[in-house]
Amino acid sequence: MSDGSGTTAPAGPKSTYFLNHADEAVERRTLAVLVDNEPGVLARVVGLFSGRGYNIDSLTVAEVDASSHQSRITIVTQGTPHILEQIEAHLMRLVPVGEVVDITKSKRGIERELSLIKVAGSGEKRVEALRIAQIFRANVIDTTNESFIFELTGASDKISQFVDLMRPLGLVEVSRTGVLSIKRGKEKG
Amino acid sequence: MTVKTKPKTETRLMTGAEIVITALREQGVEVMFGYPGGSVLPIYDALFAADDIRHVLVRHEQGAGHAAEGYARSTGKCGVALVTSGPGATNMVTPITDALMDSIPMVVITGQVPSHLIGTDAFQEADITGITRSCAKHNYLVTDVDQLARVIHEAFLIATSGRPGPVVVDIPKDIQFATGTYIGKEGVHKPTYSPQIDPHPEAIEAVAELISQARRPILYTGGGVINSGPHASEALRKLQAETGIPVTSTLMGLGAFPASHPDWLGMLGMHGSFEANNAMHDCDLMICVGARFDDRVTGRIDAFSPNSKKVHIDIDPSSINKIVRVDVPVVADCAAALEALLAAVKHRKRKRPDLKPWKAEIETWRARKCFSYEPSDTVIKPQYAIERLYALTRERETFITTEVGQHQMWAAQFFHFDEPNHWMTSGGLGTMGYGLPAAVGVQCAHPDALVIDIAGEASIQMMMQELSTAVQFCLPVKVFILNNEWMGMVRQWQELLHGERYSHSYSESLPDFVKLAEALGAHGIRCDDPALLDDKITEMLEHKGPVLFDCRVEKAENCLPMIPSGSAHNEMILGKITGNEIGEAGRKLV
Repeated sequence: MSDGSGTTAPAGPKSTYFLNHADEAVERRTLAVLVDNEPGVLARVVGLFSGRGYNIDSLTVAEVDASSHQSRITIVTQGTPHILEQIEAHLMRLVPVGEVVDITKSKRGIERELSLIKVAGSGEKRVEALRIAQIFRANVIDTTNESFIFELTGASDKISQFVDLMRPLGLVEVSRTGVLSIKRGKEKG
Repeated sequence: MTVKTKPKTETRLMTGAEIVITALREQGVEVMFGYPGGSVLPIYDALFAADDIRHVLVRHEQGAGHAAEGYARSTGKCGVALVTSGPGATNMVTPITDALMDSIPMVVITGQVPSHLIGTDAFQEADITGITRSCAKHNYLVTDVDQLARVIHEAFLIATSGRPGPVVVDIPKDIQFATGTYIGKEGVHKPTYSPQIDPHPEAIEAVAELISQARRPILYTGGGVINSGPHASEALRKLQAETGIPVTSTLMGLGAFPASHPDWLGMLGMHGSFEANNAMHDCDLMICVGARFDDRVTGRIDAFSPNSKKVHIDIDPSSINKIVRVDVPVVADCAAALEALLAAVKHRKRKRPDLKPWKAEIETWRARKCFSYEPSDTVIKPQYAIERLYALTRERETFITTEVGQHQMWAAQFFHFDEPNHWMTSGGLGTMGYGLPAAVGVQCAHPDALVIDIAGEASIQMMMQELSTAVQFCLPVKVFILNNEWMGMVRQWQELLHGERYSHSYSESLPDFVKLAEALGAHGIRCDDPALLDDKITEMLEHKGPVLFDCRVEKAENCLPMIPSGSAHNEMILGKITGNEIGEAGRKLV
């Protein structure tokens, strides 16, 4: 314990009340959260993350089964293993949350993102943009004499890479859905 | 938990307001606490004809919330509060948060402006489901009168099962007027909500194995044991009798284990006993039952019980490994886990290590008599006042509530509880103003018992209007104010941390509490002489109605012992505060 004299504290225990997990590596996880599609459920999930200081890298949500009012929220988050364990436990504590699946940890996850990318330009740059789009198997869904809108689906890295390549070719605007995920194989969840 | 019977198809047509009252009746609600207002009038109208549900009219909605908490805590049943929209509902935010932190089962029904006005900033409109989303266990805005009965039954189910907590049901006024179908509670369930009650047998075996080898074990119990019901306290006592393990408890858990037992170590934590904290620090096996390693309990985490194996029994999986990494997690209801553990321990034939050396060591800590104070015959010491209050009420069934501050800790240290559900205090949120309305709620549940709110002169002023409620409903609560003319705990921290600069912590312009009591129709007593204290306390106890007791105590007394913030369990201050106890890091903590 330091003597409180205001000099540099000796190298001792840093934490006081708080768990010192600073030395644990931060991991990135994709979680599929299956919820009852009732009013406020998304606010509960998002409020949990903001209220407890957790990160959200991306979030997607939509009803997936109208007959049972079930929605699927896919959250990409980051944290130490301790924080990630807490995130799962706290999500499960929310009354409308039925299941939390750690897609990343399952090692059988498929992750996809849809993006719409607007590129404007003319001459060589326009041709180059179209050529790269073909390599990436992006669809052109709108075009004018001076612009394209590409539709590209794939893993997040692939989309980021495509966006980077479009930047010098006249990138105007990007819209991304955030990550969607599902597990491989015949089983559910 | 829930009795599996065939769902009764009781379907009747009635108004939303009648549905509310019928559902409350079916849930066995006998008492509710509330305050009427524009958006809740139809329910009040239905209540007018309901002779079997007693409505206690408070003076401020926050009082209704704390009264419901006190009622719940002292009975094990669900507390119910009914308030109007807007300010009525926002005044409930503090008790709702309080109930969440202390896991108190409570259903709060709020009126809401009519559906077509929601979102228009209508008169007395507040988005109370939005506001309470993070401070309630769950909440509902009812948009369809046919769903109302189901929602109320579901609210009770969620509030009272698993880790209990507050549930808010917000009902727009047009829904209260509309006619809909009533359904009974049987068969109402929430598929996504299923708390784990029974422990995993392997986990129980692992704990039993640890117990069979432990030389320095300790049971660290919390409010979860009380929430789990009388069976849990009983199972705890049986397990302790079988194993001889010494027991300490958090503030919330007092009463689960009898304070008169020789293996009782007293409360642990910041103002806990020297023996409890040292035993926690030096144990080789810690069995945490229904507690959550709160910062007031653990002190500095990286010096917390460094050499022990840790077991954590809790019904809430998110409590496990939240603060402290444990070796054996047991997700289960406390009663179920303790009963299973008792059976597993009894089943083992192998002789357990002798705990005598461990208990001898504990006795050396106990011999320090950490709660001793300098007696005085000229001024009433606050500790002495609580000691006398305890001595003079021992023979009666006594329920104690408290406000928050020094008096709360002295009450925890010097008043002793042998039974659960007799001690009501705001532990997690630390809400000044909790004690008096909570006492009102307790007294409603136990009309013939002695109910005392141990208060401070600052805390009591936050909710003192509820004395008027006590007078109206003939609830003979006793408010015992330790009046030191300071926000004592604030003053103590300023002495400890801020160079004795007592910024705004002096209780200036105090009311004359005796006259105040009389003005409100209660009885007032003042005492500043230790020689007269017993007589005055007796006068309070013998008075049939509510009493406000202004006990003038030593002004500068500090609440000790104390673990300064940022320090470990074995670094308690026992004697005088010098001002240098807290390090740089500790100063930044609450």
